[in-house]
Amino acid sequence: MTIRIQQSLRRALLSLALAGCIAPQLHAQDNVFTGTNTGADRVRIAAADFRGGTPDAAALKRTFDTVLYSDLGNAGVFDLVSKSMQPQATPGAPAEIRLADWGGGTTNAAFVAFGSFSINAGRAVVSAYVDDTHNAQFPQVLGKQYTEAADENGARTIAHKLADEIILRLGGGIPGIAESKIYYVHAGGGSKEIWAMDYDGANAHAVTNLGTISISPRVSPDNSRVAFSSLGKYGFQIRVFSLLLNRMVSFPDSSGTNLSPAWSANGQLAYSSSRSGDPEIYVSDGSGNSARRITNSRGPDVSPTWNPKTGSQLAWISGRTGLPQVYIMDTDGAGVQRMTDTGYATSVSWSPNGQFLAFAWDRKYGPGAPGGQDIYLMDVASKKWIQLTNGIGRCDFPSWSPDGRHIVFAVGSGARAEVWTMLADGTGKHKLAGTGSDMPNWSFR
Amino acid sequence: MTLHKLRTNTLLTIAAASMVLLSGCHKKVSAPPPYTAPAAVDTAIAPTAVLTADPSAIDLGQSVVLNWRTTGATSVTIDGIGPVNLSGTQNVTPSNSTNFHLVAKGDGGVAEANVRVTVRVPAPPTADLGTQNDLGSDAAFHAAVQDVFFDYDSYDLRADAQTNATQAASYLSQHPAIKITIGGYCDERGSAEYNLALGENRANAAKTALVNAGIATNRIRVISFGKEKQFCTEQNESCWQQNRRAQFNIDR
Repeated sequence: MTIRIQQSLRRALLSLALAGCIAPQLHAQDNVFTGTNTGADRVRIAAADFRGGTPDAAALKRTFDTVLYSDLGNAGVFDLVSKSMQPQATPGAPAEIRLADWGGGTTNAAFVAFGSFSINAGRAVVSAYVDDTHNAQFPQVLGKQYTEAADENGARTIAHKLADEIILRLGGGIPGIAESKIYYVHAGGGSKEIWAMDYDGANAHAVTNLGTISISPRVSPDNSRVAFSSLGKYGFQIRVFSLLLNRMVSFPDSSGTNLSPAWSANGQLAYSSSRSGDPEIYVSDGSGNSARRITNSRGPDVSPTWNPKTGSQLAWISGRTGLPQVYIMDTDGAGVQRMTDTGYATSVSWSPNGQFLAFAWDRKYGPGAPGGQDIYLMDVASKKWIQLTNGIGRCDFPSWSPDGRHIVFAVGSGARAEVWTMLADGTGKHKLAGTGSDMPNWSFR
Repeated sequence: MTLHKLRTNTLLTIAAASMVLLSGCHKKVSAPPPYTAPAAVDTAIAPTAVLTADPSAIDLGQSVVLNWRTTGATSVTIDGIGPVNLSGTQNVTPSNSTNFHLVAKGDGGVAEANVRVTVRVPAPPTADLGTQNDLGSDAAFHAAVQDVFFDYDSYDLRADAQTNATQAASYLSQHPAIKITIGGYCDERGSAEYNLALGENRANAAKTALVNAGIATNRIRVISFGKEKQFCTEQNESCWQQNRRAQFNIDR
């Protein structure tokens, strides 16, 4: 008798637990398609190890193979065959490949990328091919030759270029991100500087060396300049570093605290300035001239981001009602709409297709409340949201990739912060940069 | 009830329980891992010590955070402070430029570390200027003009803050030559960009209180530091309250 009672109690608790957990997430997850979970089957592709054309190419070829494989895996649109499940052959040319091996058996790939990697007169030369395994008559989808300097960086660059080409052709027409860069803040020795790295975390290096606190880097749409906010004698100022000239270039100083610059797709700048005595959102041209104020309310207004698709709207963070919330408005300041309804919302970023806002949200913020700050995605039209991170630490500063399929963000804060990346549906999270790396910004291309 | 059914149900319950825990219904509190000092194990390893000061140059009356890390040490002392933890931080307010000297003793030997903190001491005012042009000493300034503290996520002046602001205003009226900077600060929770804007609002609130009490606006300069400069680094409410402030300093 006792056993039976326990059994039904357990069943009741079980169903309660399941209902309680799944219900809110199901509701919030309706109709939010980020491009990687649209339900279309992922293309199954195999990346063969390339044939080494010359013996001295072996080490660089290994780098090339590894980077190509991870670029195709990172893309988020392929079902990439595991290296252990594919033939060990390294066909170097279309005549050498046996498509039946790659299209059947455990490999079962729809497409295979292969080719040769050799060093010729000090240059790395790659002949790359992509074949459709089920089209014996006209298998070739891509045949291209690449050449770069014969060093690690050259091998990586070729792999990135090839991966982007494959992603563009087979991944639905959106260019790949393998050559994009991430700019971020690196804290060390009491100061914070602007650093840059490849989209996969390689080649991390310093951009500025100002010896003060420099934060909120944003690279311009044409990759020519990085705008950021830097602590000077009279407070935080917007400053600009030219990546072409490799030095700081001038930007008009202004009184007050000037923060969080953001580029529009056509080269305008939005930022927060307290020159009037209260932090408000301003818009100026790319050199800081013709600045005009577009918000007018008591309370901190900060962290603007443009709608990259239309360029005619801004989202930003405002504390006009108390704790900071996400708002959107037209670029002339009209049509102000509040997007979040509760908690502490900050660091908003608008997706490249104009459809989503990514931001950091602590829905239960307050003294004594056990809140955690996580990355959320909100559909602009319907205000429905989903939570992308959970339990990995305090998350902040999400930034969209140019293909709209990835989000880079920071975990932790200050000297212990790290930069992580994930797909826009919250899967595939991994670390890109280690301790002291914060406030990442993904380039436009 | 069969053993098999019992087992299945137990497994299901455990699965459900872990789903509840993992699916985010109940938020986990994420706190940074507590620092544990490294234990000295191998007697042959010589200790190492690193000592830094942030910032390394201050005005008289400001404070500096000393930060030190040692490995392989059993006892650590800093001149002028005394025996300290093997690794840690300490707020100091030196009255003149000081060389801080740390000695770490371990089974493997002794390690030392130094850092120099420069204190900008204003030249004493000459006697015949009188109170009209007298900036007064920083010590007198900080005795009479107290920093203003704020509630969490707020930039409104509380009653005690209002009192401090009024006192500050009266001191400034008595010394018309003094110009000041007001620094706005936030505690380390919250986002870097928003905290800089909030710090600005805090400093401006203090400025407005002074201006309303009759101080000319051109004597007051406002600068926000957000959470970029902290007065203390513990993760508790008393330290967070220490950081939520508008700080007054003489603008020289």
